[in-house]
Amino acid sequence: MPESAALIFAVGVLNAMTPILLTAVGEIIAERAGVVNIGLEGIIMIGAMAATMAAEGFGPLAGLLAGIGVGALLGLLHAVLTAYLKGDHVIPGIGVNTLALGLVPFMLIVYWGSAGQHTVPRYAQVPKIAGYISPMPFIAILIAVAAWYILFKTPTGLKLRSVGENPVAADTVGILVERTQAVAVVVGAALAGLAGAFMSIDWLGVLTKEIAAGRGFIALALVVFSNWNPLWALGGALLFGTFDSLSQWLKVLHTGIPDTLINTLPYVVTLIAVAGVLGRVQPPRHAGIPYRRE
Amino acid sequence: MTVTAGNSLLERLRRDPRMHEAVLRFGESIIALVIGLTIGAVILWVSGYSPGEAYYYLFQSSLLDTYGLTSTLSFATPVLLTGLTFAIGARAGLFNIGAEGQLYMGALGATLLAWLAMHVPLLDSPLGTLVGLLLGAALGAGLALIAAMLRVYRGVHEVVSTIMLNWIAYWLVYYLQSQKLYWPKDPTKSIPVPPGARLPLLLPGTELSASFLIAIGFTVFTYYLLWHMVHGYELRASGLSPRAARYAGIDPNRSIMLAFVLGGVAAGLAGAGEVMGRPPHYAITSGLSNLVNMGFDGITVALIGANHPLGMIPAAIFIGALNAGSRAMQAFAGVPLEMVRIVEGVIIIALAVPGILHMIEEYLRRKRELREIAAKEAEASQAG
Repeated sequence: MPESAALIFAVGVLNAMTPILLTAVGEIIAERAGVVNIGLEGIIMIGAMAATMAAEGFGPLAGLLAGIGVGALLGLLHAVLTAYLKGDHVIPGIGVNTLALGLVPFMLIVYWGSAGQHTVPRYAQVPKIAGYISPMPFIAILIAVAAWYILFKTPTGLKLRSVGENPVAADTVGILVERTQAVAVVVGAALAGLAGAFMSIDWLGVLTKEIAAGRGFIALALVVFSNWNPLWALGGALLFGTFDSLSQWLKVLHTGIPDTLINTLPYVVTLIAVAGVLGRVQPPRHAGIPYRRE
Repeated sequence: MTVTAGNSLLERLRRDPRMHEAVLRFGESIIALVIGLTIGAVILWVSGYSPGEAYYYLFQSSLLDTYGLTSTLSFATPVLLTGLTFAIGARAGLFNIGAEGQLYMGALGATLLAWLAMHVPLLDSPLGTLVGLLLGAALGAGLALIAAMLRVYRGVHEVVSTIMLNWIAYWLVYYLQSQKLYWPKDPTKSIPVPPGARLPLLLPGTELSASFLIAIGFTVFTYYLLWHMVHGYELRASGLSPRAARYAGIDPNRSIMLAFVLGGVAAGLAGAGEVMGRPPHYAITSGLSNLVNMGFDGITVALIGANHPLGMIPAAIFIGALNAGSRAMQAFAGVPLEMVRIVEGVIIIALAVPGILHMIEEYLRRKRELREIAAKEAEASQAG
């Protein structure tokens, strides 16, 4: 059991940080390759749902893998539409988000027979270190560091970034633009799916119909805030995690501020943070623009 | 069937590229609707429901009788307006997905009128209707203005800012509904709009109120603005190419501001219209349950209608029918009404496939050419 309030708070921060960090790092990879995906919110939701189904059947590891798998599939759909068919980058994301808004509550009723939410049984939840610390936040931090290393310190990362900066030049030197973009989007979306899995079968232990609650978009904001750098995203995600945790504490402490107003805090902080850093960040030059050969 | 009909029209309209494009775009929307309903049917079937039964109740109750038809039009009303929010933004080169929050603020405006009318009996009258609509439009535009200023002065992308503002508006209106503006007789809803200030029903005994006329009026106004007025021309020019617009002496930032504010007014009117015009509550219900998703549905309407105000009227009626019919589908076929949102999602994804009909057209053209060549060869061999 947790020994002190400080420790509980720290665990809260780590948990709140994790889904936003995983999703943001995934989107950084995709946008560095030039593809914007605003369907992250929907991928988190569908990932959370798939993870719960798989975990209840085959255990928590299967749940996490299901989240990754569903995310990758939705990423593949996005990659086909944007990288190969050269379609608009935003509309498929709106579609996936809308789909998730219907699919998750629909499956909650059809599959679990409950309206609005379903509690994940303990045997299907990710086991905790010392009874209350999940291993996932540390895995997420490792993923962020690894993504930074790959993007900025390896030839693969250089190729990927060149596709997002100047696809014409990348194409000229023989980099497969479409395939690089597709891989980046699939990996990025898989991380969002993992974020969803973490939320349902680990952190919250419950699947709700609004489980993502804007986190997909907070992650998009964090991508900008971090200047498309996974290490900065780590710092930013910790900051967001702190505010998220803080707002939970404000509710418990009965400060007199109504819960409903405290709920606005993460979104207000996100807006202020993004408005504060802009002008000093440098987005990948070709992010969000379909690449067509002349 | 659809393709052949589209094709014969294409033959006639080949000379006018704009008409040609419009016909192609219309065909694409029809294909997307068919794909959406088909995948929806598969999901229903896999989930153990009868797709035939579900769709029968969905459309029978929304299109095939007078009450259903009026309730379809009543649900088309808010999504037509929030669709305009997205479409006006899209014409200015924006992805304004903030209609959801702006609609909440509009509903809050109408609720403030209801609260004011408790203290000022004069407002229990058509004057109150006007005040409520103006408050709703102003609050909707106010929320949109925050996103506009963040975009213009700080460069914050509107996809992020509008979603954050949606959530802020949700919790703010939730707070006011449950803590400040609740109705003492039934705290699960806000103070209802007094009878004298309600939007009149177009047909007694239905849910179709004058807010439908407001939506149609705003749609026609938007069409006129975009294609027959200087501001609208500048707005579209900025959307097509901000740099070219700047060379022509147009300030793209002004167009962005205009698009956001106008969109906010549309969504605000949608929210105010829901509160002031929809029986039986004439109020905001707990958790904003009578408002949620009306803003997001507008995006679907705009995309199906190709961001064209006139194309969006049939698109809004389609989405209105889905929303109106989903209640009967849930009641009689036992299918959760969230089903219709799955269909919407698939429709949007299908619309995101670039130029389905261009591909089909190209395929048909090649096939025809091959046939002609084969026919010529056959002729030549006969002659020989």
